[in-house]
Parts: sequence; C-alpha cells; structure tokens
Amino acid sequence: MEQKQLKRVDLIFEWDEKNTPIQVLDKTLQKTPDAIILEMIDSGLKGRGGAGFPTGLKWKFTRNEDSEVKYVICNADEGEPGTFKDREILDRVPEKIFTGMAICAYVIGAKEGYIYLRAEYNFLLKSLQQKLDKFNQQLKERQIDFSIYLRSGSGAYVCGEESALFESMEGKRGEPRNKPPYPTVAGYNSKPTVINNVETLVYTCEICRMGAEKFKALGTSDSRGSKVFSVSGDTTKPGIYELELGMPLKDFIDEFGDDDAKAVQVGGASGHCVPRKKFNDTIIGFEGIPTGGSMMIFNSSRSMYNVLHDYLEFFTEESCGQCTPCRVGCQQLLKGIEAVKKGERPPTYLEDLKKLTLTMKIAAKCGLGQSVANPFISIVDNFKEEIIY
Amino acid sequence: MSKYMVNLKINNIPIAVEEGTTILDAAKRLNFHIPTLCNHPDLSVAGNCRVCVVEVKGARLLAASCATPVSEGMEVFTNSEKVRIARKHVVELLLSEHNADCTKCFKNGHCELQELASEYRYGDHIFIDLVPFKHKYLDISSPSITKDTSKCIRCQRCVRTCAELQAVSALAVVHKGNHQTISTFMDKPMNDVVCTNCGQCINRCPTGALYERNYIEDVWNAIYNPNKFVVVQTAPATRVAVGEDLGLEPGHRVTGKMVAALKKMGFNKVLDTDFTADLTIMEEGTELLTRLKKALVDKDETVKLPMMTSCSPGWIKFQEHMFPDLLPNLSTCKSPQQMFGSLAKTYYADKINIKAENMIVVSIMPCTAKKFECNRPEMRDSGFKDVDYVLTTRELAMMIKQAGIEFDKLEDQHYDSILGESTGAAVIFGATGGVMEAALRTAYEIVTGKEVPFANLEIKPVRGMDGVKEASIKIKGAKPEWSFLEGVEMNVAVAHGLTNAKILMEAVESGKTNYHFIEIMGCPGGCIGGGGQPIPTSPEIRRKRAEAIYEEDAGMPIRKSHENPEVVEVYKDYLGHPCGHQSHELLHTHYVERKRY
Amino acid sequence: MTNTENFVHELAEKHGRTRNALMPILQGVVAREKYLSEEAMIAVARELDISAADVYGTATFYTFLDTVPRGRNVVRVCKTISCHMHNKDEIIRALEEQLKCKVGETTSDKKFTLLTANCLGWCHKGPVMLVNDDVYPELTPQKAIEIIQEYNRKSN
Ligand SMILES: Cc1cc2nc3c(=O)[nH]c(=O)nc-3n(C[C@H](O)[C@H](O)[C@H](O)COP(=O)(O)O)c2cc1C
Ligand code: SF4
Ligand code: FES
Repeated sequence: MEQKQLKRVDLIFEWDEKNTPIQVLDKTLQKTPDAIILEMIDSGLKGRGGAGFPTGLKWKFTRNEDSEVKYVICNADEGEPGTFKDREILDRVPEKIFTGMAICAYVIGAKEGYIYLRAEYNFLLKSLQQKLDKFNQQLKERQIDFSIYLRSGSGAYVCGEESALFESMEGKRGEPRNKPPYPTVAGYNSKPTVINNVETLVYTCEICRMGAEKFKALGTSDSRGSKVFSVSGDTTKPGIYELELGMPLKDFIDEFGDDDAKAVQVGGASGHCVPRKKFNDTIIGFEGIPTGGSMMIFNSSRSMYNVLHDYLEFFTEESCGQCTPCRVGCQQLLKGIEAVKKGERPPTYLEDLKKLTLTMKIAAKCGLGQSVANPFISIVDNFKEEIIY
Repeated sequence: MSKYMVNLKINNIPIAVEEGTTILDAAKRLNFHIPTLCNHPDLSVAGNCRVCVVEVKGARLLAASCATPVSEGMEVFTNSEKVRIARKHVVELLLSEHNADCTKCFKNGHCELQELASEYRYGDHIFIDLVPFKHKYLDISSPSITKDTSKCIRCQRCVRTCAELQAVSALAVVHKGNHQTISTFMDKPMNDVVCTNCGQCINRCPTGALYERNYIEDVWNAIYNPNKFVVVQTAPATRVAVGEDLGLEPGHRVTGKMVAALKKMGFNKVLDTDFTADLTIMEEGTELLTRLKKALVDKDETVKLPMMTSCSPGWIKFQEHMFPDLLPNLSTCKSPQQMFGSLAKTYYADKINIKAENMIVVSIMPCTAKKFECNRPEMRDSGFKDVDYVLTTRELAMMIKQAGIEFDKLEDQHYDSILGESTGAAVIFGATGGVMEAALRTAYEIVTGKEVPFANLEIKPVRGMDGVKEASIKIKGAKPEWSFLEGVEMNVAVAHGLTNAKILMEAVESGKTNYHFIEIMGCPGGCIGGGGQPIPTSPEIRRKRAEAIYEEDAGMPIRKSHENPEVVEVYKDYLGHPCGHQSHELLHTHYVERKRY
Repeated sequence: MTNTENFVHELAEKHGRTRNALMPILQGVVAREKYLSEEAMIAVARELDISAADVYGTATFYTFLDTVPRGRNVVRVCKTISCHMHNKDEIIRALEEQLKCKVGETTSDKKFTLLTANCLGWCHKGPVMLVNDDVYPELTPQKAIEIIQEYNRKSN
C-alpha cells in the first residue's frame, strides 16, 4: 500500500510574491481552455467540498455545453459541523479564489461569477467586497469580460448542496432539485454552471501556478495533492492544517490527539466515526475515508450518545424537509435513540434504525439525507453500549 | 423536431420510448404499476415523496421514477428487494407522521396513503408515532375548505396546484426540517388569505389534509324536518361526474339517475340549476348588448368592455383580490346557483304556496367556491339566505350511499317543474367555453333573428382544453333596432383555470386586446373540473366529462336558452323583461375589492 | 408609504424586481429591522409581484430571516458538538442570567434576543457566539457577559 507519513504542506496560504494570483491569471490565460482542462484532469484534483468529483471533468462538461450564458459559482456555504477551513481561506487569500474562478470562467466561457457566502460569515463581507472590487477592476483593465459578485446565505446548512444553493440564489427555499439534470447542464438560472468549493478553486489556482506535476507529486494515486484540515474537539492543537492526502489516521492522532482519543469523526456530522481500534488501518483520502476537512477528536470522557444525539438534532433541524426519507427519517432516528436510551424500546430497535438509514442512503433526494447513515451506523456499531446504557 | 428513441429494459423486458420519458411513464407502458404520491398529471414534477423509487442497475442510489428520465441501456427494476424495503420504509415513515384516524376521516376510502398502506399490509409498524409531537391545526375558518395539518404528508401537490394552475399561491411550504409544513401567509386562517375557494387543492390532496367543509348532516336534518320544504338544484357539471364516485367510469351521463336518487333521498322538489343557466343567458346576453349599445352608440365612458362572465365564484373572488380595477367589467349577473336561490324563495315559493322562511334551498355543485358564495352578504335578495347549503358532487355521492340507494339500478326520472326545464345551452355551462357558446347562440339570434352561423349550433372555436381560446363572429343582417352592430366583428375570448385567467387579464389591462366578451371559469376545464368534483382528476378525465356534456347538449330537444318555455314564462309572469327592474332586484349583484396580500 | 414600505421600495430599486432579488431584499430588511414584519413581507410581495405566502415560505426556510420580532441585538450561541463539548451550556446559562431571558426570547427592553445556532464554523475556538454579524470565539461566561454589557452601553 502506498503510504506516507503525515506531511505538512504550505500551498493554500502561501503568498508567492513572484507569482501573485493575478500574475498566475495572466500566465494561465495564455493557454487554451482545452490545455487548462487537460492540466486539471492530469493533476487529479478532486472537489474539496465533500463529493470529490474530478474538477477537470466538471469544467470540461460545462465547457462542452452549448449556451450563451454560463456561470461559475464558489460554494462558500461551509456549514458542515467541524469545518472552518473555507472561512480562513476567504479571510486570508481570497485573491486565489477569485483567480480560480476567473480561470474557470475563461475555460467554460462564463461572464458572471458568484460567491455564495454563508450568513454566519457576514463579518467577512466588507473586506471581501473591497478585495473583490479591486480584482474586478483588474479584470476590467485586462479587458476580461468577467465579474464576480457576492451573495449571502441566510442560515441553512442544506444550501451548501449545489442545487439547493441555486434555488436559494434564485430567491427560493433551498430545496435540492432532482438530478439529472446536473449543474454542468442546468445550474443557476437553469444555465450550465460550474460550482466548486472554496478550497478546490484555490487549488486550481495553485495548479496553474506550479503545474500539475508538482501537485500530483503530493498525496497518493487515489488522492492527489494536499488538503486543508479543520481540527477540533479533544485535541492539543485545534486549528487549520494543510496536510498531504492519503495519511494514516494513526499518524494524525499521534500528532493531534491528547493521548486519550477514543474516536475521530472524519468529515463532520455527515462523515464517519472511526474508533480507536481502527486508527491503524484507516487512510484519510478518497481510497479510505474522504473528508471535506473536518477532523473532530473525542477522548474517553465523551459520551458518544451525546455526539450522535447532537448530530441527529442537527440533521433533523437542517433537513430541507421536502423528501420523506430524510424529513421523517431524521426525526425517527433522533426519537429512536432517545427511546432506546430511556428503555422505551429494546436495544434491538437500533438494528431497525440502521436499516432505516440504509434506505435513507439510497432513497433520499440529496446528499444530506443520504449521508445520515454514515455517522449513525459508524457510531452505533462501534459504541453500542454507550448508546444503549 | 422528431425525438430520439431510447432503449431500456424494465424488469428485464425491453422497451423503446421517446427521449425525455420518465421511468414511471415507460413502466406504465409495460403495465408495471409504480406507486406515486407527490406526482400528479396536472402538475410539475416534485420527486419528493420517494415512494416511486426504483432500482437502476449499476447506480448507487435508487431513482425516483417520476423524476428520472430514461437513458440508453438503462436496466430498471421496479420490485427488487431494495425497492420493496425502501418503499415500505417510506410509507411507514409517512404513516408515522400522519394522524391516521382513518375511521373518523372525511377522506376515509378516498385516501391515497390509506390505499398504499392497505396494498402493502404493513402490520408490523415499528416507528414511533410522531403525531403527538407535532403542532396540530385544524382550520375550519373557511366556509369552503377545511385544512387539517395533522393529515398532511407534505407532497406539496396543493402548493403546486395553487401556484401553477391557479396563479394564486395562497398556500406555501413554510419552515424546514421537522418543522416544515404547508401553510398560508403568516399561518393565517384560510378565510383571511387570498384563497379563492376554488378547491383545486382539494382535488389534488392525496389524503385528508384538505377537504371541503361539508354540510351533509345539515342537509339530512333539513330533509327530516317536517316543517321544512327542501328543494334541491343540480349544477350542469354534476350530472356527468357523480357516477364516478358511485362506481362508474368517467364520462357517464347520469342525469336521470341523479334526479331519481335525489327524489328517493327525500327532497321535496328536485329542480335544475340549468334552468337558471338559461336565465343567466337571457340576462347576461341582454346586459352585453346593452353595454355594447351604450359604449358604441351612446359613447358612454362609464360602461366597461370587454364584459366578463360572472358565473364562477372562484373567479369572482380571484378578480376581487387580484384585479380590482377590472371589477366594473364583470357582468352584474349572479351565478345561476344564486339566481335560482333568489327566485326559489320568491317567485317559486309564491307559486307553490310555501312560505319562504320554511323553504330550504340546497345546491349540488361541482364547486367549493359556491359554498362561500352562498354565504356572501350580497346573496340575500329574497329577504332570506337565498341558498342555504351547498353540497359538492362528492358529498352528494356520499349521501346517496348513506341512503342505501343502488345508484346504477335506478330508473331515470325527470326534474320537477317549474324551475326544472332547461336547454342544451344550459348544460354546456359545465365545460369551458360553454357559457360563451350559449350566449352567442342567443345573442346572435336576438340581434339578427337568425341562428349562429355554425354547423349544428356547435361553436367549435370556444370548445376544447386550450388555456385561452379566441373567436370572432361577424354580425350580418342585424335587425333595425340593432343596426349599430351590423358588420361588427364580435371578438370573444375564453379562459379556464386562474393561471390562464391571469394571462388574459394582463392582456386586457395592457390595452392591446379588443375583446367584447370574455368567459372565465376558475377551474381547469371549467365546472367539469371543479373543486367539488370526484377525485381523481386529470386532463383525460376532464376531457371525458366535457365530451359527455356536449353529448347531453346534442341530445336535448331545445338548445337555445331563449327558447326555454319556463324561462319565457317566468319573464311573462314575474320578471317582466331581461335586465328589467325585477331582475335587478333579484338576479344581479355587485362586487367588492378585497386585499391582494 | 410607511417607513418600511419606502425602505423595501429602495431595496427593490437597488436589487431589481426579479425573483432572484428576493434574498438580498429580505436580507436588507432584516439587517435594518432585525426581522420581517407582516408589513415588510407584504411590501416585498408587492414590489416583486409574488404572493405574500411565497415570501413567508421562503423567509421561514432560513434561520437568519426571522419572522417574529427580535431585539436590536441578536445573540446566537453555537450549540453544535464542538461548542457543546466546550461548555456552551455555561455560556447560555450566564447569558440567560445576565439578560434575564431564556433562549428564544427577547429582553423586555427589546435590546437583545438570545438564540442558539447550528455550527458557526469556529469549532477550534469554541464556545463561540455571534452578536448580529460580529463573531466572538473562545468565550468564557465572564467574557460573554462583558461583551453583552458592551453592546448594552453602545445601544443606550
Ligand atoms: C447537505 C450538503 C451540504 C453541502 N455543503 C457544502 C458546503 O458547505 N461547501 C461545499 O463546497 N460543498 C458542499 N456540499 C457539496 C456540494 O453539493 C458540491 O458537491 C460542491 O460544492 C462541489 O464542489 P467541489 O467539486 O469543488 O467539491 C454539500 C453537499 C450536501 C449534500
Ligand atoms: S435528503 Fe433531506 S435535505 Fe436532501 S432533499 Fe431530502 S429532505 Fe431535503
Ligand atoms: S411520486 Fe415520485 S417522488 Fe413522489
């Protein structure tokens, strides 16, 4: 197995004076759109927003759509519990995001770009707008027919789901759409749209700066490059770290744990819970457990019942409510573990609930309902005693 | 553009369908039934209930068959183990959120959720009953529509109906997550919002979350009361639909059986709204000609054209909310139901020697808005409430069953007289375009002394299910008193469903149209698709009901309103002439502006 | 026109009258008035020519678009797992005592509304709260109280 030691990387937040984002843009726009797409595909970059779709392909599909109007959208709705890396990127290096968007716009032929910022990050609006004004001005000076606008969310986790995000931007309830059609065909305003995570866009800028080869050299064959991790919970070093992908969880815990870690929730509330006994053979990356960056550590003082209860409460409230498996399923799971805890239902009821999550996983309309099975099954299976007693 | 054909397999059976077809429709063609709840043939696709999920080979997720188009080489399984388990879970989840007091429910026996539950025989309910945790709200504020949130399964059909078919959006999805529900602006009672009472939402509610305010017990009580003389009138569209709730296929005409049933039930007199439909034509036709004269000859600027029909109370309330500036364009004629009520408690009561205060007028209507209409303060011109109770076609069917009447075995009977005679012109009121056709048959003849220049009196351009229909008739050979109309091209338009009405009203407001007369019916298809008609409804079902209506017309001995002998008699005996003083007292009304938001 | 109607009109002039303008307009109203009153929602519906129920339905989807009256300062304490682990309950208790109101309520002088929120994106520095748009990480009960006192002084 291709394995590497935990390795710090400094790409995202690094500021290369000789290759500022706008210089990267100038350099990149010398290339043809197809060449840029090839470079993206070659780099192996996969989306950092959670779903992990190859970014180059996404751009290619959208480029291939025949439409006067197309859009680039930066998904800055970061709402996954335990994830806070996008905020830091937006705060420190927004120019790299703008550049990634401008490159994408050039590739697909978009004239408008939007950043959808969650309301919880409204304190960033002012400085972002200033920097954006400057960037839009720079685009104008270069006679590039592309501008970026800011849009705010208003407190709804599900609006991070791409089609819900479009609905929200269109002034509607953030209810995810049926797929197909996918955003590359019909996204915002039903036009072909590339929607990428904040971090993904920064990496596209970085790949254009340093070349696919250097990026590819990081990580593993399944998980190219590095990733920004949001580390929280029972850790000696909470914060944001850019690490190479494909690391064994054990190395991670050795560095960040407090010597008493009993579990790590990888990927936030919608991710998987890995118990201590599996630290050794868990790889963080697309070949193992993928993550949008959230790594939450729990030590032995924590009740995993409380953890699961918190997550289920979160999903129950944040489900958009339109589809049956998710709206009612979440309520049943929450009420169900409470009933088992109180002894109103037998422990075997947990098995029924697990089966329910498997239905949610395949029958819910969007990723929110589909992913509730991840925390539920991994916590219930690994910490059954804590759930029951 | 010709469409590509897509090849796929459903349950291992190959089939080729047009590109863009949903899996659901493709399966239907192979006679595989996939259950649905949020899907409805009149509405956009929602894909939110998830009962229609199917397995697609190689896919990680099940596909909502109502929302997923077929693709080349697809292999679909509609009844695999995964599908069955998921479907069972989905139905059980819905049941856990649903106040399943089926035996007490007005929709008992007519509930799609109940049907699904009985089909799947879920005896081993495992999930926790969530109903006690939910905010319960039974809204009986409206005289037309009852809303019970505890029965709601959030399919959003009502919301889509109100927005897409009726352009009203009185209903909306509100809140999210476990608090998500269907409600009104600021959760106000239905009677306080822009609801038109059309009842189209009821027609599409799969459960008992929306149903008509019912007056079945009140009507039985009236029938049993020896001191009351109970007369009943039946609207045109009821006779082609009530059979559907009594075991017959859509499109059956059951006029005679319906009359027989009503008589058996104990109504003292069984009369016909069709009679006052004919009367409406006399009044409305005269009003139109008078307006034309005032506008074209006298150049009276206070007279508004185009004149618009006023028989549909859902449409009237829509106009009062949405286009108050156009209220002067509405005909002042009451709807046939209300003309009947005010005549019944005056002229008719006198004739048969019954005191009006002892008379109860019951209407059988395809309509829920008529329940609101009969409660309007304007509708008491007899000195009493002109119409006491309005029952929907569905309520009538229930009462027939309650009475133990074997409907299909009944011998046909005739309406009582007077106020029971009618013409083909009256019966077509039930379908979109019918009032227009009936009005033209009469008005043209008044003006020219000749029949309308259409084969067999069938004015085809105003028939059919197009949303907005237009027609022009050139007047040739006007009588001397109507000479100002000689050579005039009469431009008319017809719309049904309030979304189409809105389109037409916006065109009128823009000033770019030159219509003289407009017919609007609030419900899709006109009254045959009314909010009180049997459930389910679909374009296909409405088409069949409309066909039956036109068959009924074609089979009538008299097909022009002004030839209805009872109508002639009522003018001679009582009313004088159309739009005369007595008519104005009893048959005409006025409208009020209502708040838009 | 009332104040609110005027303001909504200005927002519509600025953002346009398409449905896409709905969110920015609602956000603008909430930024100024702290919540969407019946009057404001009707004004928005009128400007955009959509139904009032649609405006209400959209607004209630979003946690930050309140449709019930809120105080001049809206306090939102993060209640999600990391902050939970770092004693958000103590912060809430301290604030409830300080403000003399419970979570979900508004103080009698209408200066503060105390709410909880789902993950605010500061899990490494919990517990955390937002006061209006401003964020306050690494709270202690004492710090939280001081912050509130500061707002109280400012809004006098
Ligand atoms: C419930 C839910 C919430 C999501 N939230 C976010 C988010 O906050 N940020 C994000 O970038 N992607 C989020 N996603 C994933 C997006 O739908 C989408 O896949 C992503 O923005 C694509 O960008 P990427 O390819 O760069 O990862 C979410 C998905 C779901 C189902
Ligand atoms: S899975 Fe949940 S969030 Fe997604 S569409 Fe269904 S109800 Fe909405
Ligand atoms: S019928 Fe397909 S999801 Fe409801």
